[in-house]
Amino acid sequence: MSEWLENFRIPIGDWVESVVAWIQDNLTGLLDGIAAVIGFLTDSFEGALMALPAWLLGLAIIALGWWRVGWKFGLFAVAALGVILGMDLWEQTVETLSLVLAASTVALAVGLPIGIAMARSDLVESLIRPVLDFMQTMPPFVYLIPAAIFFGLGTVPGAIATVVFAMPPAVRLTNLGIRQVNKEQIEAGLAFGCTRRQLLTKVQLPLAMPSIMAGVNQTIMLALSMVVIASMIGAGGLGNTVLTGIQRLNVGLGFEGGLGVVILAILLDRITQSFAPGRRG
Amino acid sequence: MNDAPMIEVSGLYKIFGSNPDAAMPLIEEGRGKDEIFDKTGQTVGVHDAELSIREGEIFVVMGLSGSGKSTMVRLLNRLIEPTSGSIRINGRDVTSMSHKELIELRRRDLAMVFQSFALMPHRTVLDNAAFGLEVAGEDRDKRRERAMEALEQVGLDANANSYPDELSGGMQQRVGLARALATDPSIMLMDEAFSALDPLIRTEMQDELLELQRRQARTVVFISHDLDEAMRIGDRIAIMQDGRIVQVGTPEEIVTQPANDYVRSFFYGVDISQVFTAADIMDKQHLTVVERPGMGVRAALESLRRHDRDFAVVVGSDGHYEGIVSADALARVLNESDEPGFRDAFESVEPVPTDGLLDELIGRCADTAAPIPVVDGDGRYRGAVSRSRLLRTLDRTSDASSEATENAGGSHE
Ligand SMILES: Nc1ncnc2c1ncn2[C@@H]1O[C@H](COP(=O)(O)OP(=O)(O)OP(=O)(O)O)[C@@H](O)[C@H]1O
Ligand SMILES: [Mg+2]
Repeated sequence: MSEWLENFRIPIGDWVESVVAWIQDNLTGLLDGIAAVIGFLTDSFEGALMALPAWLLGLAIIALGWWRVGWKFGLFAVAALGVILGMDLWEQTVETLSLVLAASTVALAVGLPIGIAMARSDLVESLIRPVLDFMQTMPPFVYLIPAAIFFGLGTVPGAIATVVFAMPPAVRLTNLGIRQVNKEQIEAGLAFGCTRRQLLTKVQLPLAMPSIMAGVNQTIMLALSMVVIASMIGAGGLGNTVLTGIQRLNVGLGFEGGLGVVILAILLDRITQSFAPGRRG
Repeated sequence: MNDAPMIEVSGLYKIFGSNPDAAMPLIEEGRGKDEIFDKTGQTVGVHDAELSIREGEIFVVMGLSGSGKSTMVRLLNRLIEPTSGSIRINGRDVTSMSHKELIELRRRDLAMVFQSFALMPHRTVLDNAAFGLEVAGEDRDKRRERAMEALEQVGLDANANSYPDELSGGMQQRVGLARALATDPSIMLMDEAFSALDPLIRTEMQDELLELQRRQARTVVFISHDLDEAMRIGDRIAIMQDGRIVQVGTPEEIVTQPANDYVRSFFYGVDISQVFTAADIMDKQHLTVVERPGMGVRAALESLRRHDRDFAVVVGSDGHYEGIVSADALARVLNESDEPGFRDAFESVEPVPTDGLLDELIGRCADTAAPIPVVDGDGRYRGAVSRSRLLRTLDRTSDASSEATENAGGSHE
C-alpha cells in the first residue's frame, strides 16, 4: 500500500508540457501575431512618451491633474514629479507608464467587447464568468510562466502577462453596468423603437458608463501592479529598480523604486477616476 | 374617424415561466392563478383578455398590485410577447408582425410613459424629448424643433437645456410626456405615469393630460391602481383581477354597478365628491319660469304656490340662466315696488358649470338655502342641485354596495 502511494503520480506536469509543446509547434503564427501587435503598441507608446522632453510630459501630466481633479492635485503632481526626477527615476517611470498604457489599451480593446457580449447573452455570461473567477484567483506571478514560455523574456511577454491579468475588471464591470441599467429605461428604449444596436449605444452603454469607467480605472491600476511584477521576466521600468534593490539587498534603491510606483499609481488613479461620469456624461 | 376600435384585444393570454403549455390545461379547467403557480410554477399574467378601445378615449386599466396591469399594457406594444391571442391596432395584427414592422409601429404609432419616468440622465431635457425621433432617424434640426414643440405643450420649453436631475418629479414626468408627444403617436401607453408624484402634482398632471386631450384627442391607455385617478381621467375603466378583466365600463357604471366584491372594494375609500359632477346629480325638472312679456313676478309667485315650491329658476327665452328666486322674495318685491321685476328678487347664488365637482357644490350649498343652478359652457340653464339632493348623493357611497347587489347587472360577468 505504502509502496503504491509512493509510486502514485498523476503526470500533470508532463501533460502541460506536451500541450505547451503542441501550441509552440502549431500556433506559432498566432503567438507571433500577438507578440507583434503588443510589441508594436508598447514600442509606440514608449517611443512617443520618451520622445517628449521630460518637462513637456511633466507639464502635460500636471495640467491634466489640475484640469480634471483640481488645483490641489495639480500642486501634488508638481511635487510628485519633482520627487521622481530627484530620485533619477524619470526614465524608468516613463517606461512603466508606457507599458501600463499599452497593456491597458489592449486589455480594454479586448475586455469591453467581451463584457458587452456577456451582458447581452446569459449563455456567454455563464461561459465567461468561471474563466474570470479563475483568472482573478490566480496569484499574479503565475501569469509570468506561460508568458515567458511562449514569448520568452523582455518587455513584450511582460506586457502580455499584464494584459491578461488586468482584463477581468473591465469585463466584469462592463457586464455588470449594462445589466444593472434600470428595467424601465430599457423598456423606454424599446418602446420608442430602438433596434438592438440602438439600445446598446443610446441607452445601455451611456447608462452603464459609471460602472464601465470604474472597470477602466481598475484595469489600469491592475496593469500598473502587474507591470512591476513583470520586471521578473525582464519588462524593465520601475519594477526593475525594485527588483534590483531586492536582489542586491539595497533597501534604499528598493524603496525609491517603490515610491515611484506609488506616485505613479496615485496619479493614474485620480486622473482616470476623474473621467468617470458622475451626474452625466 | 370611424367606429372601428383603435385597439382590439381578444383571447389574449400571457403566462410567465418556462413552460406555458403546462399551465394551459389548468386554465381551461378554470383553476385559479395561485393554484396554477403551485402546480406548474407558471405565473398567469393576463388571462383571456377581451378589450376594445376606441379612438380618442382615455381608457384606464385598474387593479390591485400583481393583477396584470403592467403586463397588459406591455403586451400592446409587445414589450412582453403574448402567449396566445390576438392584438389589433388600427386594424393591423400586432401579434404576427415581424421585428421590423414592430419597430416601425413603436416609432410611429405607440408611445409610452413610465412610472419611474425612465428618462436618460445623460441627455438634456430637449434630447430626452427628442429620443423617439432620434431613434427613428429624424435629422437633428427637425427632431429638435419637434421636441421643442412637445416641450412647449407641457410648459417646459424654458428648461430644454437642463438635465433631468435638475428638475422636480412633476417636471421630469412632463419630460416623459413630452418625449411621448414628440413623435405624435396615435396611442399613448401610460403605466402608472403619475403614481410616483405627490398628490397635488398628481392632480395637476391629470389636468394637464385632460387639457392635452382636449386639444388633440389621442387614444390613451392609462394604468392606475387608484380609483380616484381612474374616475377623474377615464372615459372608460377596465378592472383587472388576477390577470382577468372583470369589468369594463364608464366611471359611473363601475361605481353604481360593480360587477363583484373585488370591484366594489375599490371605492370604499373613494371621495365621491371628486368623482361626480354637477351634471351627474342635478335635478332637470326643477321649477323654472321663463322671463318674457306676460310672465311677471305675480305669475311666477302664483306658479310657485301652485307647485308648492320655495324656489324657481328664472331663465331667458333663449334658455340662458338669469337668476333664482324664492317665493318670499317675490312676495316682498310685490309689496315694495310699483313696477316689480325678477331682478330685484334674485338670490345671491352663483351657478356652477356642468362639469363642476361636488366639492364645489358643497361649498355653495353651505352658504344658501336655494338650490344651486347648473349652467353649461354657453350659460344655458341645465338643472339645479338642492341641498337635500346633494346630501343624498354623498350618502350613497355608504350604501352603494347594498344597492348594487340588488340590481346586480354589471356590464361584464
Ligand atoms: N417577467 C416576469 N416573470 C414572471 N412573472 C411575472 C413577470 N412580470 C410579471 N409577472 C407576474 O405577473 C403578474 C402580473 O404582474 P404585473 O406587473 O402585470 O402586475 P401589475 O398589475 O402591474 O402590478 P403593480 O401594480 O404592482 O405594478 C404578477 O403575478 C407578477 O408576479
Ligand atoms: Mg405595474
